[in-house]
Amino acid sequence: MASAARNSTKTKPSGRPSDQLTDAQLLKMYKTMVLSRKLDERSWVMNRQGRAPFHISGIGHEAIQVAAAETLRPGYDWFYPYYRDLAFVLAMGMKPVDHMLGLLGKAGDPSSGGIQMPSHFSNAKLRIGSISSPVATQVPIAAGTALASKLKGVDEVTVVCLGEGSTSQGDFHEGLNWAGVHKLPFICIVQNNQYAISVPVEKEMAVKNVADRAAAYGIKGVVVDGNDVLVCYDVMVEAVERARRGEGATLVEAKTYRVTPHSSDDDDRTYRSREEVEYWKQRDPILLFENVLFERGILTEDLKREIEDWAIAEVDKAEEEAVNAPYPDVSEMYEHLYGPAPNWEE
Amino acid sequence: MAIMNNIEALRETLRQEMERDPRIIIMGEDVGPRGGVFRATQGLYQQFGENRVIDTPLAELSIVATGIGLALTGYFKPIVEIQFADFIFPAFNQILSEAARMRYRTRSDWTVPLIIRAPYGGGISGGLYHSQSVEAFFAHIPGLYVVAPSTPYDIKGMLRAALQLEDPVLFFEHKKTYRLIKGEAPEEDYIVPMGKAAIRREGDDLTVISYGLAMHDSVKAADMLAAEGVGVEVIDLRTLRPLDKETILASVKKTGKVLIVHEDNPTVSVGSEVAALIGQEAFEYLDGPITRLTPPDVPAVPFSHPLQDAFMLNPEKIAKAMRELAAY
Repeated sequence: MASAARNSTKTKPSGRPSDQLTDAQLLKMYKTMVLSRKLDERSWVMNRQGRAPFHISGIGHEAIQVAAAETLRPGYDWFYPYYRDLAFVLAMGMKPVDHMLGLLGKAGDPSSGGIQMPSHFSNAKLRIGSISSPVATQVPIAAGTALASKLKGVDEVTVVCLGEGSTSQGDFHEGLNWAGVHKLPFICIVQNNQYAISVPVEKEMAVKNVADRAAAYGIKGVVVDGNDVLVCYDVMVEAVERARRGEGATLVEAKTYRVTPHSSDDDDRTYRSREEVEYWKQRDPILLFENVLFERGILTEDLKREIEDWAIAEVDKAEEEAVNAPYPDVSEMYEHLYGPAPNWEE
Repeated sequence: MAIMNNIEALRETLRQEMERDPRIIIMGEDVGPRGGVFRATQGLYQQFGENRVIDTPLAELSIVATGIGLALTGYFKPIVEIQFADFIFPAFNQILSEAARMRYRTRSDWTVPLIIRAPYGGGISGGLYHSQSVEAFFAHIPGLYVVAPSTPYDIKGMLRAALQLEDPVLFFEHKKTYRLIKGEAPEEDYIVPMGKAAIRREGDDLTVISYGLAMHDSVKAADMLAAEGVGVEVIDLRTLRPLDKETILASVKKTGKVLIVHEDNPTVSVGSEVAALIGQEAFEYLDGPITRLTPPDVPAVPFSHPLQDAFMLNPEKIAKAMRELAAY
């Protein structure tokens, strides 16, 4: 596929950061989005086949996630994800098999060794922080991590993600307040998919945009089309540069849509119309990105098929490896409660 | 050897350890120029500066959460102060769901070396919300160390021990002991290990198991009983999680009678756990009912003096319970 990443003849009239992305970068981002989608779809299938007890999906959220990851330094910057960030963690360096091992609760699950539910990502080497299921707790924790970087005098950036539903929690408010008070190198990405399970956004908040709240914390707030990967990238470049320069935090609100039910245990037909879902499927972030790539001559039908086949083969491999991997030994349940106590003499 | 009170021991240890380890950071409400409402951090801001002694917004949830976020990086070793233990509950979710489970849920990939200090306890006209004993809520949680040192020696030694751990520690200090309790606290380095109780007074007839201010009152009560010819052994638990089962059971097997004394509510308390342990592992050594003496099972210490006095334990009340059990 590298051969297909030829230089296109695009013009750069607006001077947007995304205009600087090479064809190879654009294709890499596109491939990660497709890989995440295929992996996510396979997880649904495995759940419906009764082979995976639970799945929680990031379908429709891939653009902001992959765009944001492209602006960070994996393993250097700190990232606190939430459970829809499959594409984000893949873009940061986690592997499809990592997700599959977690999906099946296998011992080799690098996030938690099968202790947590699937998609509760963690990877210390990549500086991807571990998250729990109570929502928004990661926001003030991420502020603490950003404070650590600032106090240490290094130019690391901390990024934290959550859904708009979670912004109703006090943790969100407190975290952003710290980011404002200490002018932290901190970026909070709210992936506004318009539902907190079944509760629509109008019943979650009285303001039009989550990002409007940024003013209350003395930080920058930006609303972006979360399904347009290139404008997401533009916004993130600016936010990361602001953070690295020591100019403070940004609240990025990426407007998107959760085209799947909340989780494999939800039925979204009970609270929203099929027409609404269908409308957003036409605004699928992968579809929109493909249009741009076709237009610029970076993507062809052949290459698209080639990439999809590659992604499916990667998912097949990951699934097979995870299916054949061992479950944790029961003894694991009793491990990792405490670290070894120092050898103390009173 | 220097004689000092509890708050002096705490302050001196914080200062010594901060001089020794530049990773230590203190955060909390009014811990900066003001030096803390109990003066635990007096002079530290002036000595170490605003980057190591950080005044926080009035928000316990994020005092703990940012402490977790600092600790996760490994760059710093945060000690956060909750001004009164009564105000710790907004942070309960962060302590339970994040700090205590981080190691377990990541198979030790991430750890939270965080100390959460909190003054607790009554008898200081603090009313319902400046007097509570909250330790049982936290002693219930796997993944935490929960300690309640109540002498200058133990405060120094256990704070140093807590700083050597890679796990979260709830460090409860009975606020009435801050200036009331004085004792020897050596200059030199020493550690009081987690999970080790202390025998404060030896005796053969009856075991009292206690901690905090109630432990000091129990020692006074034991002195009264000694004059009456009853030998009372007083155990200071010091660590509430994990419990020092060995010391508890050895004493019970020696005396055959147990009185558990603490200021926290009786229902589902540290005393409940100690009683269950003894019932299960030392039943055949018992010569009397496992007995508990606590304040009444009401929300917390009422403000009005006669009510506060009726609520709080004291040496006379404890001595009475000792006499009754000794006579059983």
